[in-house]
Amino acid sequence: MKVWLNNKEVETDSITVSQFLEELLLPRYGIAVALDNKLLPQGQWSETLLYEGMRLVVIKAACGG
Amino acid sequence: MTIKERYARQVLLPEIGTEGQLRLAKSRVLIVGAGGLGCPIALYLAAGGVGCIGLIDGDRVSVSNLHRQVLYEEKDVGNYKVECAAARLKSINQETDVQTYPFNITAENAQTIIADYDIVVDACDNYATRYLVSDECKRQGKPYVYGAIQEFCGQVTVFLGRQGDKTYRDLFPDEQKLSSLRQEYKGVVGMVPAVVGSVQAHEVMKLICGYGESLVGRLWTIDLLTMQSFVVEF
Repeated sequence: MKVWLNNKEVETDSITVSQFLEELLLPRYGIAVALDNKLLPQGQWSETLLYEGMRLVVIKAACGG
Repeated sequence: MTIKERYARQVLLPEIGTEGQLRLAKSRVLIVGAGGLGCPIALYLAAGGVGCIGLIDGDRVSVSNLHRQVLYEEKDVGNYKVECAAARLKSINQETDVQTYPFNITAENAQTIIADYDIVVDACDNYATRYLVSDECKRQGKPYVYGAIQEFCGQVTVFLGRQGDKTYRDLFPDEQKLSSLRQEYKGVVGMVPAVVGSVQAHEVMKLICGYGESLVGRLWTIDLLTMQSFVVEF
């Protein structure tokens, strides 16, 4: 299926947000994930199912100043 | 110099006006960090008429700071950033009271220092300080204007610190893992902290004068490589 990740269309076989993040080789910590521009709490990543056209934004934590 | 002269173009905005300008003059803002973000934040807040600015940072100016930390000059190398910054800010606006703390914010001193200010602005360079400042602001019920950069990316949000309000922990709950990461010095161009610091300074001004839609409960991100920007609710 195709989902939108940071405004780019991505093809994926993952079932959940959690699996999708793994597929993208993203770390399990230090990132925030938003679904339809609303933050998806970490505790919901493994139970949130991907669907066609889903709009996700992944934001990496930043520590520079 | 009267308010009407000095801030003529600012008070022209109905969102600010003379009343907003007077509020700015009475406000006290603490900036945690006097580096890449701290420089534009301090410059714009002082120039804009914030009455008292506190600067806390234990670092001294180094040559490698000069390409992005625009408050400092070559002659400042080796001196405490907060002292050099204070001198520069006073020369821009002699009416601004600048308080300097030439040491880092710690669990021991955060409570006392933050207690003296109305708003705290984040311009530090590590995760541990962000958790510390966020927690202390929440404890004291003070607004915390968060900002951070990484290479070409930046992010800003505002935590109001009231009961039930979100904190930095809600955004990035992984304190132990993030705080234990080894501090790596990544590349940066001066324009990234300039953009992000300016947005933070403006969020401070919006809070003080009470106009616009604050970034409370919303995280703004910008990637200056692609110019892609998001506003995420949390």
